[in-house]
Amino acid sequence: MKIVAVTSCPTGIAHTYMAAEALEQAARNAGHEIKVETQGAAGAEAVPDADIAAADAVVFAADVEVRNRERFAGKPLVQTSVKRAINDAPNLIAEAEAAASAAPVAATATPAAGGGDAGRPVPPTPTGGGGGGGGAAAFGNQLRGWLMTGVSYMIPFVAAGGILIALGFLFGGGAVKPKVYGGTFEGVTYQAITDFTQVVQKAGWAGLLFLIGATAFSMLVPILAGFIAYAMADRPGLVPGIVAGLLANLVGAGFLGGLVGGLLAGAIALYLVRLKVPRAFAGIMPVVFIPLVATLLVGFLMVVVIGKPIAAAQTGLTNWLNGLSGSNAVLLGLLLGLMMGFDLGGPVNKVAYTFGLAALASGNTQVMAAVMAAGMVPPLGLALATVLRKHLFSDAERKAGEAAWLLGASFITEGAIPFAAADPIRVVPATMAGGGVAGALSMAFKCGSRAPHGGIWVIGLIEKPLLWFLAIVIGLAVSAALVIVLKSLGHRASDEELEAEMGDASLPGRRTATA
Amino acid sequence: MADLITPDLVDLDLSATERGEATRSLAERLQAAGRVTDLDQFLADVRAREAQMPTGLEGGIGIPHCRSVAVVEPTLGFGRSAQGIDWGAADGPAHLIFLIAAPEGGGAEHMGILASLARRLIHQSFKDALLQAPDPEAVVTLVKKEVLGQ
Repeated sequence: MKIVAVTSCPTGIAHTYMAAEALEQAARNAGHEIKVETQGAAGAEAVPDADIAAADAVVFAADVEVRNRERFAGKPLVQTSVKRAINDAPNLIAEAEAAASAAPVAATATPAAGGGDAGRPVPPTPTGGGGGGGGAAAFGNQLRGWLMTGVSYMIPFVAAGGILIALGFLFGGGAVKPKVYGGTFEGVTYQAITDFTQVVQKAGWAGLLFLIGATAFSMLVPILAGFIAYAMADRPGLVPGIVAGLLANLVGAGFLGGLVGGLLAGAIALYLVRLKVPRAFAGIMPVVFIPLVATLLVGFLMVVVIGKPIAAAQTGLTNWLNGLSGSNAVLLGLLLGLMMGFDLGGPVNKVAYTFGLAALASGNTQVMAAVMAAGMVPPLGLALATVLRKHLFSDAERKAGEAAWLLGASFITEGAIPFAAADPIRVVPATMAGGGVAGALSMAFKCGSRAPHGGIWVIGLIEKPLLWFLAIVIGLAVSAALVIVLKSLGHRASDEELEAEMGDASLPGRRTATA
Repeated sequence: MADLITPDLVDLDLSATERGEATRSLAERLQAAGRVTDLDQFLADVRAREAQMPTGLEGGIGIPHCRSVAVVEPTLGFGRSAQGIDWGAADGPAHLIFLIAAPEGGGAEHMGILASLARRLIHQSFKDALLQAPDPEAVVTLVKKEVLGQ
């Protein structure tokens, strides 16, 4: 029998190669031919397509997504953790034999003329309908893997775009934003630029920096959604995922909308990839059919099913806030702060921010100060947390933390999105709490802001700047402390989950003495 | 390129009884040899990898490892523990501890050496020879012969 295998692990320096060696040894001992592709740090030498075509079975021993897995589509597949391949390779090879004999027609993979039915190949994904396996814990890990893939592609956009925007504010002051995109600042109303080749003449070099940064930033949600879907369904997921993200921008659904859109796009693409179609259509599936149908479906869901309720909820929230205006100022600051920290640039955040703008237009500077303080806290708090407890964050997150200092200081709340998108359940409560505290304190201290954006770069327009700083510092300390506590708890829990899952994986007995 | 392993990176009588402690004592040897610049950073990176999933494997081995900016050269620290240290494997404690340190931006040549080291680790004969090695020099000779073919 001929087997091809892919091994990969998070670090790519040890388990990947141990698993490859173990599989090679076990396959040889059982009298099979095997080719292993090690997707590790020493670079992956791809298994030639001819070997894949000739293979009777495919083994994935991987703890991270297998790259370019569509090459193996339709082959009988055995999928497992990299550790199991090391500990239990002989049984794994036996399972590959079983998978191959269960799908005899697909295994030969010869272009049978007009044959049509290619047997029942095992779907090329771990979420396959076969059931069994690690259950909820395994799904949790998989979900985390998809989100992390999206986040890791998004982080450079956050860093590059955010820092350029911050530089725009640094050199151009708070007026740089209305100069480019129109609006009112300090009583002066600016027209939005319509011909962007004129940006330097109309808004200066700072305006150009701002424009480039804002453009990079506009890709943040599309990239997040696109690569979540890519992690799930590989290349067929990319187009529906990116479009879902663009539509999340359009309907104002924010990063949470993008996250949902990416997962939906990935799931739909995955489903379509697995559809059994007549051989004649197989060729156009990945290029035309899947992107077309998946994009249409996810687009419909984003605009009609997700977009409308969000718009309705925003109207409701705005009315509710307007009703509260007369009541306790500190309570209002707390609520606005919680909203700023909830979805970090998404629909709820926008309602709070717009409420601040409206208050500013009617001459109330205090609401704006509270909103700005609360919007600066999330990235700053997370940046602090990555410094205090490095080991709770991934390498990519630590790098995002370095940029988050500047983004937070510039009132670019989106700097916190990489953290929130990777682990929303532990991060969002922390950003909300910190934002709420900062908003309430800013109101209690009666701080004011005459600028609608700009963070520390418009400090000259802040009333009671020292107390305002104090509100921010206390807020960010709360955020950092809470995220550290939540992550520490979660860390231990997910460790146990993983170990439990490992235990499960080795449960299905049949263990013979391994070589 | 410096040697993958030298006698001062070998501890045939690990006194530590716990994962973190054992890792630290081996990491200190790497730092003393100038292979690791920032001990805390390095240990944090190793811990981060362990937290994803413990690196203990059946057959009594633990392979704490990471790619880290704090690492200068690809390096193997080796420790042996007679009583064994729990490394998260299902079948019991680890007696052979391989601390694998890879530089963050290591090239293909560097990574290739560590890859062939990893491949040797699953061979029982290699593990048996390490269990019986009389002194650090013997470990170094064995690793060089098996991994580098020298």
